[in-house]
Parts: sequence; structure tokens; C-alpha cells
Amino acid sequence: MAALAALLEIAGLEVRFGPVRAVDGVSLDVAPGPFGLGLVGESGSGKSTIGRAVLRLVPAAAGQIRFDGADVAGLRGRELRDYRRAVQIVFQDPDNTLDPRMRVGPAIAEALAAHGIVPRREAGPRVRDLLEEVGLDPDFASRYPHQLSGGQRQRVAIARALSVQPRLLVLDEPTSALDVRAQARILELIGRLRGERSLAYLLITHNLAVVSELCEQIAVLYLGRVAESGPTAGLLAAPAHPYTRALRSAVPEIAASARSARIVLHGEPPDATNPPSGCVFHPRCPLAIERCVVESPSLRAIAPGRLVACHRAEEVLAGVALSGAEQSDTVQPGAPQPAPPPKG
Amino acid sequence: MRLEITGLNVRFGARSVVDVDELGVDDAEIVGLAGESGSGKSMTTLAVLGLANTVGATVAGSIKLDGRELVGLPEKVLIGLRGSRIAAIFQSPSMAFNPVFRVGDVALRALRRHGLTGSEATGRVDQAMRGVLLSPDLLRRYPSQLSGGQLQRVAIALAVALRAEVLLADEPTSALDVTVQAEVLELLRELRSRDGMSVLFISHDLAVIAELCDRVAVMQAGSIVEQGPTDQIMSGPQHPYTADLLRSVPAIERRG
Amino acid sequence: MIEVPEAPAPAPTPAPAAAQGSRGWLRSNPLLAFGGAISALIVIIAVFAPLIAPDPGDAGSATHPFDVLKPPSANHWFGTDQVGRDILSRVIYGARISPLVALFVLLIACAIGIPLGIAAGYFGGWLDDVIMRLTDIVLAFPALLLALALAALLPPSMTSLTIAISATWWPWYVRLIRGQAASVAGRPYIESCRALGISRRRIIFRHILPNAITPLIVQVSLDVGGVILTASALSFLGLGAQDPTPDWGLMVSEGQTYFTTDWWVVTFPGLAILITAFAFNLLGDGLRDLLDPRRVILR
Repeated sequence: MAALAALLEIAGLEVRFGPVRAVDGVSLDVAPGPFGLGLVGESGSGKSTIGRAVLRLVPAAAGQIRFDGADVAGLRGRELRDYRRAVQIVFQDPDNTLDPRMRVGPAIAEALAAHGIVPRREAGPRVRDLLEEVGLDPDFASRYPHQLSGGQRQRVAIARALSVQPRLLVLDEPTSALDVRAQARILELIGRLRGERSLAYLLITHNLAVVSELCEQIAVLYLGRVAESGPTAGLLAAPAHPYTRALRSAVPEIAASARSARIVLHGEPPDATNPPSGCVFHPRCPLAIERCVVESPSLRAIAPGRLVACHRAEEVLAGVALSGAEQSDTVQPGAPQPAPPPKG
Repeated sequence: MRLEITGLNVRFGARSVVDVDELGVDDAEIVGLAGESGSGKSMTTLAVLGLANTVGATVAGSIKLDGRELVGLPEKVLIGLRGSRIAAIFQSPSMAFNPVFRVGDVALRALRRHGLTGSEATGRVDQAMRGVLLSPDLLRRYPSQLSGGQLQRVAIALAVALRAEVLLADEPTSALDVTVQAEVLELLRELRSRDGMSVLFISHDLAVIAELCDRVAVMQAGSIVEQGPTDQIMSGPQHPYTADLLRSVPAIERRG
Repeated sequence: MIEVPEAPAPAPTPAPAAAQGSRGWLRSNPLLAFGGAISALIVIIAVFAPLIAPDPGDAGSATHPFDVLKPPSANHWFGTDQVGRDILSRVIYGARISPLVALFVLLIACAIGIPLGIAAGYFGGWLDDVIMRLTDIVLAFPALLLALALAALLPPSMTSLTIAISATWWPWYVRLIRGQAASVAGRPYIESCRALGISRRRIIFRHILPNAITPLIVQVSLDVGGVILTASALSFLGLGAQDPTPDWGLMVSEGQTYFTTDWWVVTFPGLAILITAFAFNLLGDGLRDLLDPRRVILR
């Protein structure tokens, strides 16, 4: 990690919804901008919940979130207001991210006014500047959200988040609900803003390709825990966790040359209300051994800057064949598959 | 060609949303229909199923299944074809299943409606379930008790059990996790190789199409702008729209 | 799921003036314009009753024993009632009574229902439980009986009537608003507001309230007729308006016995209730469309 003090430090974060541990002991660091940390995982990984916890939209059951060294949970009043300026979030669903009854201009002006940056009445020029910055026609200020396309609404959401001059932006699946060209444009915008505003961001996504373009560091999550983390390029080129390998191989690629042997993970994504014992990934892991069933691996350094939670990480890193190892467990078509544990 | 679409035009009043000159799927072939939202790809699915009029659209042109013209067929005949000759799976599998019925009941009823006896139907469905790597016990569950991936696979099992020749898959994996998506795609490949099924795979995700489909047709604003073998199109697109789409797809290895 | 293509959003058509401004929109919605016009007319009639009515005294305690039960004629457009009073004048003055009762009842019900509903829906938790249990208790009583009981405790008058009916009306609005408020509060744009640091007060008034209130507006307009009928039922039992007050409901009740022989005594007040309720219905529908930007544009 860089010698600079981290902008955001997450330490041992736990978030619970009733009996479910959505986030189960996650520690991450985000450096000051320009910097991108990718949070990658599938459904149930807890990645969105982490984003919400950073914004204090959900309470932390345990652990700490520190911003500029200060404990976020303890902030009150004026300090909390300042925090809400410094850290902003853009959500996934462009359809519901803006109040349908409010025009675009007033929606952005509202954010400016809420922090006393500019009174609502005088916000006009600022709003136009922001719209231009995100690549929208300033005249859109008089439009209602439903008069814009999904991609355009997402840009408005970004403009609004940027209006308060945040230093950290949490992007929760910002492009998942968009068409491929709109996606590309939003990603391009994020890349540009990163440079122009020296922005730090936490990019939450299930799409590895998106992360590799925009994030220096990446953390792969599985069932509320970090499976492995480290510099993006290195981690994706040589994963140290079987899940990362499987995830990587499952991502469809246009160029045939980029495709690796498919590692098929059997079974369903895990049930958070009834997590497996030991390593939570063991039921689906092609490399699972006895130790994995009883002992949960802790996150440890396997190389400079690379952390991984796997008992056999060294082998994975060295490139042990997963496809070969999993042949013996492959369920042959035609043979009955044991029914997965009942849902919920 | 098992499924042949020629001169298909679907319109809402004066507004034409689909205008396809030529599109076909052969036996044991997976053809991809790529396009963004609003390109008309979903309406094409509805037209093939003979359901376009239910949303108020009028259909003109020719859709032939094994040489038999589908456009203009009376609803009674179409009902017999749907499910058993032409099956469809959609993006949201939970919406395809009635939440008050067990998943298996729907399948069995459909099979019996197509003329099988009770035990024949059960046998077929059980075998189909194993074929999609699911335990037949899951048939006793309600849709809410199954995950998205499982439901999608049950939907595919139903198509297999009904011995459908053509499977229309409209964004079947867009709502699924990428690892589950990989399994479903693998399944579709097997249906093609093992059972000789024809699959029309509709998606906005070019990478999925690149991996799965033998041929691809790119759709923009209702018409097909480019069509051909997948490798050819992906490596050397002729139409600017296709090139634009390809350029927009993020790739993992770019920063190296 | 399969998307049925609608008007393409990527190149948004500049909203035509007719869809944006209320005036042009009214022109393209004749029924709603009609409703608004009639409602306005009723208000005008009520305000200018003394000037419009041919026999203002008949709305009061005047009686004309020689003109009893005369059918509609040039002198008395609506005929006369069982004590010889001009029905037209009484109907005109009635516009001051029934609609006014409805207005007050509904205003009170809203004044209680909206804050309680929003508090319950937005804050949830124990506040929600307390408010909803209170609401349930009142709802457990059959509305009419409850109103009856309350009205019986108070001296018979229009005021007591208003209070009694209001007491039974507010719980429905709490329920309605609570559901909406809870639903809106869970939407991503509210979370966005919280994340942006927008004050709770502003979130409630500027975001939750406008989005939660639309079904109430339609409900209120539908309830106008309902309140008028409830009021007339109570007046019939002698618990509200008393003769000679020209309340439409009371007039219908009083005129019932003459219906088969002298149809006009019941018909004209009845028509007045019908038209008033209908007009406010149309108005409510129109207001809902006007207040929902999405619906208007999609026309």
C-alpha cells in the first residue's frame, strides 16, 4: 500500500440484518484520489451493503469505518454534515434514483442548498456547469427524470453527487442497468472525472471487466468476507483464490484468445441465513480439503500487497489446475444431484 | 432452416418496430440476436410466438417453422405449438412461474395438455431435470423457494421435456450472477449438441453472444444491420453500429 | 421481461406546450374541464345564493300553505315542497350546506390523517405501531354507528354532524397515507437524499409528502359524495340538520314519502347531490393527472 495515509479505512466491518451477516468482518483501505478500489462480488457478497455502511445508510454491528482518521459512526451534527459532503454515492437503478416529481435542475440545486454551498435561487449557473461536466446539455435542467434515458439519469445522479465536491465517491453498480454503449460512456465519464477532480472512488460491481479499467486495487468478496485483495492487474492475471479463478473464467469474453478454461462452480450461490461451516466457499470449491470444512481461513499476505483468505492460496497462485481437480467432483449429466440446501 | 423469418414487419399503428428481411436458425444451431433496448429484439420473440397482437401490435411477413407458416395461424393451433415445438425463456424467470403453484405442477400440466399420460409426463420431466443438473425433488417447490438460476434451469428443463425444437431465449442470463450464467450457457450448448435444439439467443451482452452463438445478427432500430458467423462479425464488423457496440464492451485485459 | 416499446426516451421530444401547461391540458381533457367547471359553478352558486334564488325566504322558515306540492312550473322551476317552499331556492341555498359539510369533514380528516400517516409510514417502529393501533380501534366501530353515537351525544346541528363524521373518517386516510409514505420512504431516491445530507424535514415535506399524497386527492374527491350521503342519513335520523335548513340530504329524506305522487320533491335535491359528487370526482381525477408529471407527459 502507498505510504500516504488512507482516505477511508474500513476495519473489521460487520453488518447484520436480523440473523443474516451481510458483511462479516471486512477490512479495506481507499487511498486519497485519484484512486479507485473495486469491490467485486456476486449477489449475497455484501458489496452493496459495504457501500451503504460507508455512507451511514445502514448501521455497523461491529468494526470501524474511519475517514481522514475520524470514526464515521461517531460523527454528529456539523461534522456529520461535512462527512456527507466529502463522501457521496451513486446508486444502481437509474429509474428510481431521482424524485420523479422534481426537475433535474432543482434536484441538483437541492444538494447545493442542503450544504449551504449556494442558495437555491442562485444555483442556476452552478447547475448548468455540473450538467456540462457530466456531458449533458445544460437545458436538461428543466426536464423531469422520465424525460431522460437511463444513461442520462445516471449522469444526473453523478452530477448531483459531484455538486457537493466529494473527495470519495461510492459507485454502486453504476452501469449494470444500462445498455452497453451507455455503460461505456458512463465508465468513460468516471475515468475523466477521476483525473479532473482527483477523485477517489469505491466501485462496486459484479463485472470484472469494468473494474480492470478503472481501479488500481480490487477486493473480491464472497458471502460477506474478503476472498482476496490486491493490485488489479496482478490479481486478475494471477489469482490466489479459487473463487477469483472461477469468477474470472466465467466472465464471457469477446476475443476467443482471452478465454481461459471454464471452471464451473457447482451448486447455488450460498445462503446467507445458513452459511457453510469453516471456509464459506468450501461447498463449491474445486480445491476443498478437510481443513476447509472445519477451519475458516483468515486473510493473510501471500505476496507484497496481496491478501488472500484461502488455505491453499500458494497452490492457486502457482497455477494449480482447477479444472483437473474438479473433474472428480463433476456431476455427470444424468446422475442425480443432491438437492441444494433449502432457501430461506 | 428450421426457423425461417422473412420480411417480418411488426408495427404499432403507423410506427414500425421490427423490420427484418431475413433471419433463420438451423437445427443444432445457436443464433444470437444482439441489440440494445428498444432495438425490437424482444418484439421479434413475441412475433415468433404469435403473441405480438396481445400487446397491440400487428404482424406482417413470414415466420416458418419447418416450412410451416406461423403468421396468421389461428390461436388454437398456436397454443398447440407453443411450449411443445417453440419454447421460450425470459429474463425474469420468477415472472414466468405462477407463484401459487408448485413448479412441477406447471410442467406436468403443460405436458398432459400436449397429450402425455401422468406417468409419462413425470418420467419426462424428471429426466429433463437431471439433464439440467437439478434434482427432481425441486419440482415440489414453489417458485419463491428457488433461486433465479434454478428457476431458469427449470424453465429450460420444461422446454426439453416438451421436446421443443426451437428455444427462444430472451436475455435469460442478464439477471443472474456471472458464475450461474456460465452454467446456464453451458446448458444451452449441451441442448444444441446433445438434443439438436435450435436456439435464438437474444441479448445486449455481446461477450455472452460471442461465447455462445454460432451466428449472430445485430439489430438496430428494428432492422438487422449485420449478420454472419460470430467469429467473423466479432473480429471484423462491417457496420459502424456493430463496431460501436464492440468498442463499448469493457475487456478485462486492457490495462495489461 | 419483454419490454413493450414506448415512445423512445433517448431523444426526448421537447414536451409540447399542451402537455406542460395546465391550460392547454385542460383543453385536451374535456371531461375534467367539465368537472372543474361544475365544481366552480357550485361554489359560485353557494356564494351568491341570496342573489340567485328567486325566493330566498323559502330557504329559511317561510311557509306557504296554499302552494303546497305544486309541480314544476314557470313560477317554481323545481316545484314546491310539502310546506309550499320553492324547491329551486332551497336547492340553491343547499349548495352552501352539504358541500360545506363535506369540505370541513374532509379537511379535518386530512389534517389528522396526513400527519399521522406520514409519521407512521416514514418513521416506522413503535410510532407506527401506536398510531396504527389507535387507528384500528376507531376502525373497529362501524362508521355510521360511531357517527350516530357521537352525534347523539352532541346537540343536533350541522356542527355536531361535521364533528361526528370527521371522527369516523380520519382513520381511513391515516391508513392510506401510511402505506404510500412507507412505500416512498423505501425508494432509492429517498436514500439518495439522506446520503446527500438533505435535512429530514425537507425530505418529509418536499419528497415524501408530494409523492405520498396523490391517492389521497382522488380518494377525497370520491368521498365528497360519500360524506354528503352520510350527513343526510344522520339528518334523516334527526341528528344533524334540522328543518328548515335546506340541506339536500335532509330534503331527500323529508321528501321520500311524497316520491310516488310528487316526484320533484326528492328528485331535484337528489340530482344536486349526484351532480356535485360527480363533478368533484372528475375534478379529483384531473388533479391527480395534473400532479403526476409522468402521467401527463405520456399522453
